Amino acid sequence: MDTIIAFVKQPLVMEVLITLVKIGFIFGLTIGFFAPMLAWVERKQSAVMQDRVGANRAGVFGITVIGLLHSLADAIKLIFKEDFIPRGAERGLHTLAPALAVIPALVVFAVIPFGGQYTLWGHDVSLVIADLDVGILYVFAISSLATYGVVIAGWSSNNNWSLLGGLRASAQMFSYEVTMGLTIIGLIMYYQSLSLVDIVAKQENFWHWGIVWHFPAFVLFLACAVAENKRVPFDAPEAESELVAGYFTEYSGMKFVMFWTAEFIEMVSISGMCVALFFGGHHIPFLTQDFLLNALGDVFGPNWGGVIVMLIGIGVFITKLVILLVLQMTIRWTMPRFRYDQIMKLGWKMILPLSLCWIFLVGVGILTGVMPTP
Amino acid sequence: MGDMNEEKKIEQGASDSEVMARAKAVLGPMGVMIHTHSQHGDDTLVVQAEDILKVMEFLHGDEGLKFDMMMDLTAVDYLGAEEVHPYLKPMNARFEVVYHLYSVEKNHRIRVKAPLTEESPYVNSITGIWVGADWFEREAFDLYGVVFRGHPNLKRILLYEDFEGHPLRKDYGKMKRQPLIGPVN
Amino acid sequence: MKEENRKQGYDFHEASRTETMTINMGPSHPATHGTVKFFLTLDGETIEDIDVEIGYLHRAFEKECEAQKWNGVFPYTDRLDYTASVLNNVGYAMTAEKLIGIEVPERCQYLRTMISEMARMSGHYTNVGAGALELGALTAFIYFIEARELLWDLIESVCGARLTHNYVRIGGLTNDLPDGFRENVKRVFAKNRKLWDDFDIMLTKNRIFLDRMRDTGGISQKDAIAWGFTGPCLRATGVPYDVRRAEPYLVYDRMNFDIPVGTTGDNFDRYLVRMEEIKQSMSIVEQCLEQMPDGPINVDDARWRMPSKDDSSTKMEPLIFHFKQVIEGPSIPVGEAYQAVEGANGELGYYLVSNGGGKPWKCRVRPPSFALTSALPLLVKGSLLADLIPTFDMINLIGGECDR
Repeated sequence: MDTIIAFVKQPLVMEVLITLVKIGFIFGLTIGFFAPMLAWVERKQSAVMQDRVGANRAGVFGITVIGLLHSLADAIKLIFKEDFIPRGAERGLHTLAPALAVIPALVVFAVIPFGGQYTLWGHDVSLVIADLDVGILYVFAISSLATYGVVIAGWSSNNNWSLLGGLRASAQMFSYEVTMGLTIIGLIMYYQSLSLVDIVAKQENFWHWGIVWHFPAFVLFLACAVAENKRVPFDAPEAESELVAGYFTEYSGMKFVMFWTAEFIEMVSISGMCVALFFGGHHIPFLTQDFLLNALGDVFGPNWGGVIVMLIGIGVFITKLVILLVLQMTIRWTMPRFRYDQIMKLGWKMILPLSLCWIFLVGVGILTGVMPTP
Repeated sequence: MGDMNEEKKIEQGASDSEVMARAKAVLGPMGVMIHTHSQHGDDTLVVQAEDILKVMEFLHGDEGLKFDMMMDLTAVDYLGAEEVHPYLKPMNARFEVVYHLYSVEKNHRIRVKAPLTEESPYVNSITGIWVGADWFEREAFDLYGVVFRGHPNLKRILLYEDFEGHPLRKDYGKMKRQPLIGPVN
Repeated sequence: MKEENRKQGYDFHEASRTETMTINMGPSHPATHGTVKFFLTLDGETIEDIDVEIGYLHRAFEKECEAQKWNGVFPYTDRLDYTASVLNNVGYAMTAEKLIGIEVPERCQYLRTMISEMARMSGHYTNVGAGALELGALTAFIYFIEARELLWDLIESVCGARLTHNYVRIGGLTNDLPDGFRENVKRVFAKNRKLWDDFDIMLTKNRIFLDRMRDTGGISQKDAIAWGFTGPCLRATGVPYDVRRAEPYLVYDRMNFDIPVGTTGDNFDRYLVRMEEIKQSMSIVEQCLEQMPDGPINVDDARWRMPSKDDSSTKMEPLIFHFKQVIEGPSIPVGEAYQAVEGANGELGYYLVSNGGGKPWKCRVRPPSFALTSALPLLVKGSLLADLIPTFDMINLIGGECDR
């Protein structure tokens, strides 16, 4: 027993353990909580917006929990569905593609801080899985990988609609990759860091939040991010009235669920990025972490006080996340869909020049001191 | 029958509508008309099937008539009901191709009919005058077996290619079954 | 040179060769709803060639009608344009009445006008809503479906059916208005107007919607006329042709309504024309209710209009007529007649031939969407695959009507 405790108390082992807990938390949050919850929110929110009742049938012994059990029913149904691979499909790639789509969506979370830094029982705990100096670049690098999943899915299905969907997706995702990068260059200049942890730390003061100084960048970034995620109004690659279901036409069962989950998780990661970049991460406006630590530390002692502050931070982060998710859902249920060439035009001819303009303005602002850097 | 009275009226030309008067004035001397009537106020020309293009070109191009829209085209099989129209029996006609024309500009209508015999159900296509006649002619061909000469793409439209016979002909039994066909491709 | 390149493992001509892709769109495709098949030749996303194949919903309408008594045709007409089925009823009944040479009582005319306009609203709601749906605007679609459901409640209260109404008879109607109908109309129309406004706000000025609809699927006035366009699609090109105005039937000459026309003939104009027509139809329904006189709804002639059940089970003469109508069918005089009404999609013409028997010798319906669909290649050739969707929606191919 003692040896185990001693082993655990080694700093390296402790570090690994804490990281594993954080990874577990993120996995639980995204796959375990947000993916099924978003399926429910999508159904219920659309129902509210459309003056309907929404899903409320699935139940256990008559208990329906306002439709929450539908996600469970879906999961059970989809697990037992036949895993169908069409004749002539490239079997290996067809199987690999859903994984290629879902993994990047999950891995992006590694650099998104969902809380601050705390010292608990002598350990420094930073609520981010990997505090990379080039966090933002990492996000872009990983999210471009998601394109492969989609393109390979479209190509390997041996279906012309899938192929068209895959082609549309590749063009759209690559274009918006570039544009999305440019939209937040201004922000990077402002915070003078590529690390999301740094950026969040610099937003402790409400007047340094990204949204305050960079609202145009937020709008452009959100548009690009939704386009990157291929949701309405940018869902040309999977437009059901044009391409049946686009690149995942030939997928069923759990493979289909993986695409579906990837989309929801990507929504969460987009919101996470927005929260970290524009909405101050875990910070509460006009309330610094030190103030909270002091106030709660007096009552509960520094360690438990720290834990409570940490939980508050996570709660604030998730609240902001949910608000942005609802915003994305509202967009999804309000807009019709762009045409494919209009998406490209919007990306290259509107958002790209606008973000360049914004970079210029931010540059001028910082040089002249109009925009005080934190 | 009412037709006799109608015909008398037509000969007198007393209550002819403008359209009818104009059509009669020009088409009459051309010798293409078999019969005219205005039953229930619908002006009707019955013309020789071989002259249909001449008639249609006139109706379409004439400044006073200007039938710019081909509203409807269908055929009728009078097998066993030749007494409905007095001119059918003498001509030994079985089918009639019926055109309904409309002038958007002048807001008037006319019905043109071309009787066809069973042996030669051929009539010239009017797709050169009204492009919109394309599908209507295909439909008449499909269901009645009337062949439109000069049609760019005369094939079945509502039924499948392997269908046998023309179902709206009166001698096509109501309960007649078609042979099963396999998958096409 | 080419050979040499190939030996080296690279052939420029071969590598830069592009092919068109042929693809079957439908009949099992979300946009074609099982009613039509497009055989597309695509160059990238551009439609090089399109072959439209219809007939998937062909139910031998004419053959069926020829096997029915005159009154038995009504249920079949319901299934032509099933989004606006009373209009088909009215057209058929009016043509048969034209053949007989009778005129229905004034109240019946008002009722027919009113129910026709309700059917037109239902058709337009479905069309415009589905158009929005297929562009991805599901919420807007549901708004109009709600409006349509409310409207169908009204129609149901009149004739007992929601979709296939089967309300009109030769020489009259099945029944009169129920109690409290006027109040219900007031309530439903207030809600419908609100939903219309919401829909309008969501789409008409929505930039994405505008981009998708404007300058797509356009057709010139001349072409539209040559192809036999009628209804909203013709009016969108600027031709104010509407059977209700050009050759007023029923009581349309006493109604005060506008005929909206477009200018460019593209999908957006078709959308706007339909949206405005919904409003005009509401106003016509209200005018009908205002002006409607009391009185009988059926012609008082048992040869054409079957006597009521009460009469035929208590009196001798009505029983005879009832028997004759059921066994022989009304013996409509020998002749032919064509009567057009303004359907939801355009001119809905019936051409009936009678040989004096109890069954129609020929029952032809002029389906407006047949002519519209035949021009589809002209509308979409050279445009993008995505443009096919709004164009096809605004053409409003109703399988039941086009294929019959």
